Amino acid sequence: MAREEIVAKLEEIFKDVFDTDDIKLEDSTTAADVDGWDSLMHITLIGVIEDEFGIKFPMKDIVGMKNVGQLIDKIAELA
Amino acid sequence: MRELEYPFDAGYLIKKKAQIKKSLLVEGTTFLEKKVAILGGSTTAEVKNMLELFLLNFGIRPSFYESEYNKFFEDGMFDNPALKEFAPDVIYIHTTSRNIISWPKATDSSEAAKAIANETYERFEELWNSLKEKYNCPVIQNNFEYPTYRLLGNADAVFPGGGVNFVNKLNALFTEYACSHENFYIHDINYEAACFGLDKWADALYWCMYKYAMTLEAIPQCAFGVARIIKAVFGKNKKALSLDLDNTLWGGVIGDDGADNIEIGQETPMAQGYHEFQKYLKRQEEIGVVLSVNSKNNEDTAKTGLERPDSVLKLDDFASFKANWNNKDYNLIETAKELNLLPESFVFVDDNPAERELVRENVKGVSVPEMDGIENYIRTLDRSGFFEVIALSKDDAKRAEMYRENAERMKAAANFADYGEYLKSLNMKAEIDAFAPEYMARIAQLTNKSNQFNLTTLRLSQSEIGEFALSSEYITLYGKLEDKFGDNGVVSVAIGKKVGDEVQIILWLMSCRVLKRDMEYAMMNEFVRRCAEKGALTVKGFYYPTEKNAMVKDFYSLFGFKKVSEDGAGNTAWEVGTEEYKPKEVCIEISGR
Repeated sequence: MAREEIVAKLEEIFKDVFDTDDIKLEDSTTAADVDGWDSLMHITLIGVIEDEFGIKFPMKDIVGMKNVGQLIDKIAELA
Repeated sequence: MRELEYPFDAGYLIKKKAQIKKSLLVEGTTFLEKKVAILGGSTTAEVKNMLELFLLNFGIRPSFYESEYNKFFEDGMFDNPALKEFAPDVIYIHTTSRNIISWPKATDSSEAAKAIANETYERFEELWNSLKEKYNCPVIQNNFEYPTYRLLGNADAVFPGGGVNFVNKLNALFTEYACSHENFYIHDINYEAACFGLDKWADALYWCMYKYAMTLEAIPQCAFGVARIIKAVFGKNKKALSLDLDNTLWGGVIGDDGADNIEIGQETPMAQGYHEFQKYLKRQEEIGVVLSVNSKNNEDTAKTGLERPDSVLKLDDFASFKANWNNKDYNLIETAKELNLLPESFVFVDDNPAERELVRENVKGVSVPEMDGIENYIRTLDRSGFFEVIALSKDDAKRAEMYRENAERMKAAANFADYGEYLKSLNMKAEIDAFAPEYMARIAQLTNKSNQFNLTTLRLSQSEIGEFALSSEYITLYGKLEDKFGDNGVVSVAIGKKVGDEVQIILWLMSCRVLKRDMEYAMMNEFVRRCAEKGALTVKGFYYPTEKNAMVKDFYSLFGFKKVSEDGAGNTAWEVGTEEYKPKEVCIEISGR
């Protein structure tokens, strides 16, 4: 799956999960940049991403992710 | 909302929860407001979110108290000003096998394992007793799901030290407590996890990463289970099934195929499927669910289907039988009128998507599950939890019989030109007295489900009712009515609160199945008599309008009460002097307990 495609899909997911229309994802985006992205929402977010892309992140990868760029890399690898 | 009915899409609910919540709140429905305390043994954030959606969909708008992570025990056991102030209407203890602190060793003897089970159980029992004492509200407690692994393999379920065996023991202890305590309900996650698939339900990743005792995907199922119990406790269960015939209760079209050729019985796979479904419905009837037929057929032809010897359901099993060529939404509303039920108390069961859509569109609040394939009918109805049982009274088992008796009464009434003569012919006997222990469950049930003949729609738990019964500040009255056709059981309930030399009627209700039988007069005579006996000079009644109780708007004027106030919302207050009240004559022979 191409990165642009993944980003577009991710932005849709973010809009749903954070209930906002105002989302622009960059590789450098982190939880601190998105309103409402706390540890509890993170769980929901990961769950929804897994569901939508039909993938399952290994625990060690979830633990290691630092920003949206790394998230996209992981999805590209698994999807 | 369809999205929140079984079978729901867990991923969709989690992703869209914010939008779903908005649309539930926008629809302009009136909600029952309830305060729900969640005491968790693991993370409960998403449990709360999902519970909120399901409750809103059941017409209950919750506000929440959530314990800190894994503080369920401390929160419930010790002084807790925040929870005290919150004053919960219901407490849900969300614990799982992750909260079992000590497990037996594999080599433990039977006695040693029992001792450990008792220790774990007693900790919970202490908690429940503390909650009862401090908050006196319904408590819902998860039981335990099976462990994620079996050290002893199959012997885990057999050896005293096995984990599976241990969970069974604990669950049995929980069950015992639930059976002997009012207002305490087990949420059976053990069954739910099994349905869902234990490996999909519990995943080490969710525990290690987030301290969720179940996967995100499993949470809606868990929350739905809890919501089912809560809505049942607060009187939001369905009461009746409106059933199609062709391809719903039997295979084939009876008008075309004839009674001999429809599929029912044991002979073919399809016949067997319908046979099992009819058996399931028969069992629903036995727990008090009202069955009715709603079919496009000629009446006589339709009946021949139920006359077959291999048909489990007979004509007698249905409280109402409508086989005609009217639209089904019309039939359903007519059936509701006939049985004195609300259309929204019905579940409409039909294999035809077009009929389902018609009823869904035109009958507000009715539930219309997707019935696809006879092999799925039972599961769809069962998992939907329309008739979640929280208590079974003797009345429930006899409900179908009571409706049959009512039908006979209607026939009898048609033979009398004079209604008074008819009433006399019924040989009615009423038992009217202060609340008595043997009727408490039924009284609680009535206060929580009566909507139409209900002046204040005050909902009470069984423990509150028990308190009123014991207090000298309150006058309580139940009425039980019997006649030559049968016993209606407890059908009317009233509670008055003594304030100075006045008694205020905070609750007055009657089951609609005894409308126009003079029962309300008999009740009022006795009620006012008791007020006077207690030294009251006036009796004050209230009417609070809801969407459903318009029929009793002028109830008090029937008894000579004078309206003393009315506000903009239509709430009215009425008064009569105990001296000036004129007892009504009734055609009922009255006795006390």
